[in-house]
Amino acid sequence: MVKINGKELDAAGMTVSQYLDGTNYDRRRIAIERNGQILPKAKYDQTVLEDGDSLEVVSFVGGG
Amino acid sequence: MSGIPTRNEMKEALIARNGRQLQETLEASTVAICGLGGLGSNIAVSLARAGIGKLILIDFDKVDVSNLNRQQYKASQVGAYKPDALSRNLKEIAPYINLISHPVKLNEDNMTDILKDADIICEAFDDAEAKAMITNHVLETFPDKYLITASGMAGLDSANNITTRKITDRFYLCGDGVSDLKEGSSLIASRVMLCAAHQAHIVLRILAGLE
Repeated sequence: MVKINGKELDAAGMTVSQYLDGTNYDRRRIAIERNGQILPKAKYDQTVLEDGDSLEVVSFVGGG
Repeated sequence: MSGIPTRNEMKEALIARNGRQLQETLEASTVAICGLGGLGSNIAVSLARAGIGKLILIDFDKVDVSNLNRQQYKASQVGAYKPDALSRNLKEIAPYINLISHPVKLNEDNMTDILKDADIICEAFDDAEAKAMITNHVLETFPDKYLITASGMAGLDSANNITTRKITDRFYLCGDGVSDLKEGSSLIASRVMLCAAHQAHIVLRILAGLE
């Protein structure tokens, strides 16, 4: 299981890009933290989620 | 203006409030503020009053009459570049603060150079894609710097929904996370200032060694 934004999901084995494709996240508006570190955007395609990983997708909304 | 306190009088007053050790840390610190709208202008006022030594102020925009409902500008400053107008206002509050103005649009090409001297970077843009762009760039480029971002402060929802969350050791997110600036909602001074205050406050907590 992979913990994504606090929820345990059956996402192990997927790449981060594959996970995002199944969600409504707009890639232009997000930053992703994986196991305490920022995950560079260039690595979304090659990063495979592993059992026990913790992921936080920060999705920004406008206003300031 | 007559009777402006001397540099030493201002410093002693800050030391009386903050203690000498914290005040010397604040005075030696540099904070960059990216975007000088409702968030950035209010962050800057809080940090200037608190005694931060140097602020890097970045915005390409000019003051518009529609900004006056929440941003720290005066009606007489409509049409002025925001970094220049804000610098003048901050100097009236804290005459000895060191201010660096960048009246430019921050992008992936100029960001590294403009932000390299900052200890802490505050993201205070209004555009969601710009917020994500700076977050990814800063965290990938400067692993040793702190980044304080904001997302979700529009409208008249409860003030109590605005929070500070620590995402990684050096990445913080303030706001309610959901209140987008959409048709029918607006940015209200009190709620934007709350979010700006969260951002300024976490800067001070980091510098005080409390994080």
